[in-house]
Amino acid sequence: MARFLLRRCLLVLPSLLGLLVITFLLIHAVPSDPAVAMAGEGGTPEQIARLRQQYGLDKPIWEQFAVYVGKVVQLDFGESAFSRRPVSLDIVQRLPATLELTFAALFLSILLGVPLGVVSALNHNTWPDYLLRVFSVLGIAVAAFWFAIMLQLFFAMDLGWLPLRGDLSSTMVRPPRVTGFLSLDALLAGRWDVFVDHLRHLVLPAVTLSLGGLATIVRFTRAGMLDTLQQDFVFYERAMGYRWARLVWVFILRNSVTATVTQIGLLFGGLIAGGVVVESIFDWPGIGSYTVQAILTGDKQVMLAVTLLVGTIYAAVNILVDVVHGLLDPRLMEQG
Amino acid sequence: MSAILRKLSRDVPAMLGLAIVIFVLVLALFGPLLAPYPGDASASHLLRRLKPPSEAYPFGTDNLGRDIFSRVILGARGALTIALTVVGVAMLIGVPLGLLAGYRSGWLSETIMRITDVVLAIPQLVLALALAQLMSPSIESAMLALSLTYWPFFTRIVYAETRRLSSAVFVDALRGVGASTPRIVFLHILPNALSPVIVRATIGLGFTILVAAVLGFLGMGATPPAPDWGLAIAESRTYLPRAWWYATFPGLAILITVMGFNLLGDGLRDIVDPRIRRSR
Repeated sequence: MARFLLRRCLLVLPSLLGLLVITFLLIHAVPSDPAVAMAGEGGTPEQIARLRQQYGLDKPIWEQFAVYVGKVVQLDFGESAFSRRPVSLDIVQRLPATLELTFAALFLSILLGVPLGVVSALNHNTWPDYLLRVFSVLGIAVAAFWFAIMLQLFFAMDLGWLPLRGDLSSTMVRPPRVTGFLSLDALLAGRWDVFVDHLRHLVLPAVTLSLGGLATIVRFTRAGMLDTLQQDFVFYERAMGYRWARLVWVFILRNSVTATVTQIGLLFGGLIAGGVVVESIFDWPGIGSYTVQAILTGDKQVMLAVTLLVGTIYAAVNILVDVVHGLLDPRLMEQG
Repeated sequence: MSAILRKLSRDVPAMLGLAIVIFVLVLALFGPLLAPYPGDASASHLLRRLKPPSEAYPFGTDNLGRDIFSRVILGARGALTIALTVVGVAMLIGVPLGLLAGYRSGWLSETIMRITDVVLAIPQLVLALALAQLMSPSIESAMLALSLTYWPFFTRIVYAETRRLSSAVFVDALRGVGASTPRIVFLHILPNALSPVIVRATIGLGFTILVAAVLGFLGMGATPPAPDWGLAIAESRTYLPRAWWYATFPGLAILITVMGFNLLGDGLRDIVDPRIRRSR
């Protein structure tokens, strides 16, 4: 197990280095001078030269890269040209909100997707199955930013049931920051009203974000179930009169979810990326809205850091997926 | 070819997808002839702005009094142009790289596949956004950015297929009779590896329309007054909730178009890969 883990982690390192090289080259291959951007419209040539020196922008590109890698290893991502704060500080502050949203969306899509996939497979080629298949294609084909606006239009503006944007009503006093996760902080401070208000803000963005994942999970659970249902052990246990519900929801399901687990892993990365748009529509104070802001203002340090962060999360999730696979099917771990 | 069509015609969802794709294609080709107000691509009529759907304007009018129905029809051409260009360029980059990496082994093959892995490890949307921003926002940068992030999908598929095929008996036989490498790769391996590429391309067309709409929505694709679906949704946000029709119809156009390509792609995949068909 330990060797398996170590091997997986080592395999990821070259990819991460490659990621760093590609994003760095990409951003430096484009002639847009951050020093000019920082000095603003009225910046004099002297100011620009001083800024350039201050941030090491006058050095050769490979030297800048070496310096950058050295800093990244120490988790120092430089300073945002826009907020004038260390990027790592901004990220630490905003990451919990993104994780909260991502987990909420993932939770929703698994909670609904797995049972729907099972139901779809059990009713293979009858109308509940057709309905769910059309629904799953719709879930993948819908533009998240449009769906978000439609939800806002209906549930927030028209019906007034849920808040339009943000993560907390302006009338609420924020609880002291302990974990950074607003829901947890509210509970720790014993502020039930803040917790409920925050959850109400979470509903629409989480539903929007869960849609694509929900469709994928339904599809893969269904395909996995259909495969397993044809296996001999199912036939045997049925013939022996084993309780059908327990057979389906415990044994058949467990043998069917390997592909779904992979998809959940891939989804996690996809959700962090999808959150970019959803967060900026709902003004959710996470990494996604930060990324959009950085891209719109051409904030290179932030773009580099965020791309690297998301790439690392992807890689970490892939390791996690392999480990879970190994636990579900121990034969895989033997092969290393 | 006729066998494929016969199989496809029995798959109802795939036929629905095909019908949608043909419909959008017709709109893209003949949009200016079909739209009731073709001039509304750029004209503005301030006296009839933000009118709700009516007989004269089935989808209502926008903030400049333009007929949204006409603009949704006119938008099909832009959406398909972007999708076809992006997928075409991505194939032109990705397919030869996959062939090369799959047929040869050694450091070049390794390098190509590692770069492919790294690019695939970055979320496409984030990379495309960053690229599009760095190349000064325009429709061309958006297309280039999307192509540069989509080719690895093709490289992966072609690589796997080429690896599988280059150890096939018929390739050994070709080598034995002295066929040249380009001849083997382009005339014998490529045609056999093409079907999964076509499936991926079909789904990729839908996916590209979706991502291009996001770029348009964030102001990094089409520029006003282009009748772009994503851009229209961005413009509509100022006029909500009053003008609900403004955002609704362009979004439905995206949804239906992307759904068409996905349904068709799924159907094609079932035919190309019978193993998946069994589990359906």
